[in-house]
Amino acid sequence: MPIKLPSFRPRKDAYPPDLWTKCPSCSEMLFNKQLDKADRVCPTCGHHFRLSAGARLDGLLDHGSFRELDAGLQSVDPLGFVDQKPYPDRVAAAQVATGLRDAAVRGIGTIEGRRVSICVMDFGFMGGSMGAVVGEKVTRAAEQALAERIPLIVVSASGGARMQEGTLALMQLAKTCGALERLRAARVPYLSIMSDPTTGGVFASYAVLGDVNLAEPNALIGFAGARVTAGTISQELPPGFQRAEFLFEHGFVDRVVHRRELRHEVARLLRYLVPAPVPGNGGPTESRPAFDPIGFLSSLADRVVQDLGPSEPEPGRTHEPASSRRPESASVREPASAREPASAREPASAREPVRPAARQASDG
Amino acid sequence: MVDRLLGRTRDGAAEAPIDAKSAVWNRVQLARNLRRPRTLELLGEMADEIVELHGDRAFGDDAAMVTGFARIDGRRIAFVGQQKGADTDENIRRNFGMPHPEGYRKAIRVMELAERLGLPIVTFVDVPGAHPGPESEERGIAEAIARSIALMTRLRTPIIAIITGEGGSGGAIAIAVGDVVVALENAVYGVISPEGCASILWRTSDEAATAALAMKMTADDQLTLGVVDLVVPEPGEGAHADPAETARRLRAVVLTQLERLERVPPDELVEARYRRYRSLGAYTEVTAPAIAPPPSRGLGDRLRDLLDPTRWSVGNPTPGPSRRDEPPALEEV
Repeated sequence: MPIKLPSFRPRKDAYPPDLWTKCPSCSEMLFNKQLDKADRVCPTCGHHFRLSAGARLDGLLDHGSFRELDAGLQSVDPLGFVDQKPYPDRVAAAQVATGLRDAAVRGIGTIEGRRVSICVMDFGFMGGSMGAVVGEKVTRAAEQALAERIPLIVVSASGGARMQEGTLALMQLAKTCGALERLRAARVPYLSIMSDPTTGGVFASYAVLGDVNLAEPNALIGFAGARVTAGTISQELPPGFQRAEFLFEHGFVDRVVHRRELRHEVARLLRYLVPAPVPGNGGPTESRPAFDPIGFLSSLADRVVQDLGPSEPEPGRTHEPASSRRPESASVREPASAREPASAREPASAREPVRPAARQASDG
Repeated sequence: MVDRLLGRTRDGAAEAPIDAKSAVWNRVQLARNLRRPRTLELLGEMADEIVELHGDRAFGDDAAMVTGFARIDGRRIAFVGQQKGADTDENIRRNFGMPHPEGYRKAIRVMELAERLGLPIVTFVDVPGAHPGPESEERGIAEAIARSIALMTRLRTPIIAIITGEGGSGGAIAIAVGDVVVALENAVYGVISPEGCASILWRTSDEAATAALAMKMTADDQLTLGVVDLVVPEPGEGAHADPAETARRLRAVVLTQLERLERVPPDELVEARYRRYRSLGAYTEVTAPAIAPPPSRGLGDRLRDLLDPTRWSVGNPTPGPSRRDEPPALEEV
């Protein structure tokens, strides 16, 4: 095999793309390993690269606290959609490229000890487009947050609804908004984090509806893409339009947060975003456990030191009989795994009976 | 031109079955027909009285969205609907039926009022899409749409949504969340306009008809998908041929549905509406192990690359695997 020297190639190809990334903002060549270490933020100009769902979860949650739920949800092809490629082929290709089943990952994790229901999107999977699976995961995340009375966090990164699923994708707007509205009525808080990009049907449903909306610097956030605007009303969008700072200026985003600060900022907000008890609806009274002095004292302690002890989970759990309490990690895992068979079968209806009553009662 | 299209439809139906693509495209053209009756025209025929309400109490009044009270067969209802113009002047005034945020906020205001007064709501959907311009974005079109959708999922009063013409994406669903969703025969409903879909997936808007077919936009297809519950046949060549008859047929459907929905207690109504949208969307749950992530490229791979002869061909470097989180050009989003 003849081996030639690579000197004929243009200079820019001397950077293998699996080792180096060129910053689109300042054109600096960045070594990928260093970029990964810096949370994929350009150290020179602060450009925020897109994050995969896995990297996002690693960056936000306590190390090792994430447990994925509904990992098996997978798109089907309800329309028999074929453009230049059949839809199932596109899904399969995206699955191979990303290692994900669809554009969202959801589960339970903790942030500085506070248990949250979280759903993150991955732009790498078909542009993060929202089909039935993404809508279902966001909805289930909201329903779980409601059942357990823990805050909901959704990290959006999406071009909008998935065209290949037609109006069924559009219906996900109604599905997710409906679930969030129930959360709101139950006084369970919802934190929306918008990363680059958050546009179309995702922005016009759950992403914009956060009780608190955070955005990453310079993230593209908007309803209609520049091409739609140009095509529909023949108008050019001015530069700097639909960026996080623009939305901040117009009052649709509470805070624009650098990725380095994001975890800290979320943890700080979670101290305030605590579900409030709903008057007259503190859960079924018959399932309230008998008075348990040890549980009572420890729950009291939890409430008192709540803001000091970052490793404590939500206070309600301590109403379980003391004998069943286990080391931290095990007790976090235990009720959820008991719930798993139900949640794996059928969505909401099946999961509701398993609603942890003890936790509810303690909140009321 | 529309008549020519119509003529083709009639000939096609009479002689040889025309191909599916042009049949769907004819429907899209019918749904966009300038003479198609809009919210106020239909309601004018259906109702004994209309009282229009204006303004969102925050910014202004949007003529692309009409709201108010009406009386149909002695029943009081609140109505919300998009209104296109019948001619160029009116279209300019009504922004071609593309509402701004204040239009949706006016709808929110009137629907909340309807709930408070215990009036059922009838919505008329006919919109190419919410207005996509800079002023819309500045005033929060996405927020207005999301709030409207969220409100409709919890309103404790019956909602009948009627897709009368174009059901254009977010601008349509914002007022189309209902206990029962009705569509006129030639109405279309889509997640994006056929032109928009074609320009993204086919890279040319010339393929709009192909996209319209692929997205299954017609009322009958939507009925099959479960997005629409009832399809009301149009008289003759289409609704524009006989608006009065179209309105008469719609009126009968609305009255029947009102009769039925008003007997349902509000709690059940809201729960059933939530379940309706909760169940829309197709997915499976597989138990197979997660897809293995693409193996990270180790030293061996890089050595193999070095020895790969294609990599060394002069002047034609093979692109390496592109990083998936590499930011695309702006227009790509």
